[in-house]
Amino acid sequence: MTPALPSMLADNPRLDRWVNFTAPGQVAISTGRVEIGQGVLTAMAQIAAEELDVAVERIEIRSGDTDVTPNEGYTAGSQSMQAGGVALRQACADVRALFLNHAARLLGCTKAELTVHDGRILRAGEPTDHDYWSLATSVVLATEAAGTAPRKPLSEYTVVGRDTARLDLPAKLFGQPAFIHDMNLDGMAHARVVRQPNRGATLVSVDEEAIRRAARGQIAFVRDGNFLAIVGDNETAVEAAAAAATDHVVWRGAERPASLQQEATWLLQRPAVDRIIGEPAAAEPLRGLQTLEATYTRPHLAHASIGPSCGLAIYKDEHLTVWTHCQGVFPLRAALARALRLDPSVISVRHVQGPGCYGHNGADDAATDAAVIALQMPGRAIRVRWRRQEEFAFEPVSPAMVVKVRAKIDEAGHPLDWTTEIWSGTHQGRPGGGANLLAAEALPNPPPVPAPIDVPETVGGGATRNAEPLYDIPAKRIVHHLVTEVPRRTSALRGLGAMPNVFALECFTDELAERAGKDPVEYRLAQLSDPRARAVIERVAAMADWSAQQSRQANRGKGIGFARYKNRAAYAAVVVELEVEDSIRLLHAWCAADVGLAVNPDAVVNQLEGGMIQSASWVLKEQVRFDNATAGPIDWQGYPVLRFSEIPEIEIELLHAETDVPLGAGEATAGPTAAAIGNAVSRALGVRIRDLPLTRERIMAMLLAQ
Amino acid sequence: MTQTVAFTVNGRPVSVAAAHEQTPLLDVLRNDLRLTGTRFGCGLEQCGCCVVLIDGKPEKSCTRSIDSVAGCDVTTIEGIGTPERPHPLQQAFLEEQAGQCGYCLSGIIISAKALLDRDASPSRAEIARALDDNICRCGAHNRILRAVEKAAARLREGWRA
Repeated sequence: MTPALPSMLADNPRLDRWVNFTAPGQVAISTGRVEIGQGVLTAMAQIAAEELDVAVERIEIRSGDTDVTPNEGYTAGSQSMQAGGVALRQACADVRALFLNHAARLLGCTKAELTVHDGRILRAGEPTDHDYWSLATSVVLATEAAGTAPRKPLSEYTVVGRDTARLDLPAKLFGQPAFIHDMNLDGMAHARVVRQPNRGATLVSVDEEAIRRAARGQIAFVRDGNFLAIVGDNETAVEAAAAAATDHVVWRGAERPASLQQEATWLLQRPAVDRIIGEPAAAEPLRGLQTLEATYTRPHLAHASIGPSCGLAIYKDEHLTVWTHCQGVFPLRAALARALRLDPSVISVRHVQGPGCYGHNGADDAATDAAVIALQMPGRAIRVRWRRQEEFAFEPVSPAMVVKVRAKIDEAGHPLDWTTEIWSGTHQGRPGGGANLLAAEALPNPPPVPAPIDVPETVGGGATRNAEPLYDIPAKRIVHHLVTEVPRRTSALRGLGAMPNVFALECFTDELAERAGKDPVEYRLAQLSDPRARAVIERVAAMADWSAQQSRQANRGKGIGFARYKNRAAYAAVVVELEVEDSIRLLHAWCAADVGLAVNPDAVVNQLEGGMIQSASWVLKEQVRFDNATAGPIDWQGYPVLRFSEIPEIEIELLHAETDVPLGAGEATAGPTAAAIGNAVSRALGVRIRDLPLTRERIMAMLLAQ
Repeated sequence: MTQTVAFTVNGRPVSVAAAHEQTPLLDVLRNDLRLTGTRFGCGLEQCGCCVVLIDGKPEKSCTRSIDSVAGCDVTTIEGIGTPERPHPLQQAFLEEQAGQCGYCLSGIIISAKALLDRDASPSRAEIARALDDNICRCGAHNRILRAVEKAAARLREGWRA
């Protein structure tokens, strides 16, 4: 039976979409995956080098360009290795086989006699006259992948699985132009958008004279419907004008969220689309069983990328070219075509690296802003850079969630029946998904509001992600209320619903363990048969010297959290040790993870650790707060994040996995870390706090209430 | 209204015709001098992306007016080392793979250099405190702290900056 093609290769079967030998001594590799700070391009180079048997230095990576690279949708969901890497690997194996077949014909030998060493073809280990580049003109790669070429066995790997230095890091350490913000196109104009406060708000008047005075330099206005932009040669003048503009434009129908809407519990009484996934609830109550229930909440979170979004565009010779740091150049091209009423064939979208991306931030919108202005100023390159205030106020936020967990437990304290009930806005507000681009809503005749959708369970779910515990529980179900009325545009942030769900599930599991008088680690292992899951929990317990924690110190505690991301990607168990006085001080964190094949182990560890730190920041500090005057925080004072002095020591171990199947790792630690902190706080204080963030105010209130 | 300001950047004298005296130093570095290694993060002096050395002191350049640096000696990330001759900090950051997206690193390396210039043997906690004005959102903090410790040790051993 022919093996099924990896899905991304089935979507993009032409081999020359992935691999080309154009320049002598170089291999041009194309990937639809883009670098968003996670090191993906280095891993792709390793995969290609390994499977083609060439040195990594020969690989030239092209990524995220609608004109040349495969369409792999979004770089999201920890799918880059699991889907994209596996597709590239098979494409390279197929290409290598085509070259060896051709060489065998030329040499009059069998393919089995041939090997490749750094691109040169060897026969019985001896050099031949042939290499990839000399044969490139006679081997046709404009052909569909068969997907039948054998891949290199794991035991022969020399590049994949070895720590490899990030290809993109040197430019960033020496201050070279590395980011989209650093691009400088000929004759480029700078622009800022005076944002429509919300869909339906109407621009009544603009005091252009006052704004010009504030600019202290030449500026021009671009206006189309309720889309207003300030453009000029001098960025300083454009920025000054934009800063002043808010005081000199009048909007009708501007709405601001009220402060009471910042709490997750506000969602409980809103209209929603309801679903039940999993086993139906038992028709009869399970006799004699106790039912326990607890409700956990997490507020709206900001991506809060270190740099605000940026987009460039030029409309020339009836072709629109857009540069963006978004996660999906092909979906953005489709969304731009709809919003601007252009044919996709006249639009090229190219990815350029940006500041750290953890999901759907303002990048797509900034690119669209630039495109709208470029269409009004043909021939002129336009650069839009969002303001910090704009990024905080207008990027999509991760939706607040309420997670109610209900379990019927047996005499030993183990659940027999489990329900996770969730209230959440959508985690899928991407253009072309459940939402429109901001600029499209400001232009005349805005598109209708799409019906709210969430990420389907077949690709891991949105609000339902990780809502089902991995433990051996006879009956499990998820009740999902997709809340259709939310105070801010919501969309995908690292892990989507996984963090609030794992926080709820794993904190509740600790509550059940405590009730049963059992150690949290032993309690988990007693109802977990997946050997890889058991292994990470056992390992992290050993790393953290878990059993020694019976002698408890006052105000100090260790907590554990575990999840297999999406119940199908990487396994991660985390232990956190912390101290609580009136606020929380993180002392130490340990993580054991099984990510299957780690293409670049050091990069995986970097990602796992980054996920732990970001999650710790979410848990201890972060909440998008509304104050009736702004649509959220406008600066880092209003949205504090963890700083250097607050970071604990972290130790991470990757469990050895004898497999060539990579499991997505970038989002695996956020949920377990959140739960580990929640459980450690409960141990340290002797009181359970179920609402995030665990701020000083919340802890003080909890202690006073006791 | 154009304002001509003379100062030194990375050892090179420059004279810049800025639109007006309040033009931020960061805009002049990035747009007039094309030194884009210093990044824009917030424009509010809150994140540390734009830190440069002004007469040896770490300063945020996003709100620093150009007229206030007349005659000053400004050092940016481009001025402390090159791929061929990296500063010990840059070398250590490479070895520790200290970064994820890398957007914060220019400001962090400059802040770390300012620290090591005044204190050759800072403790881990002192390094962390010195970097508290710099935000890293990706979570590369521990690698960054290790890299700064490594660079400090090498500078003490006599590695040339």
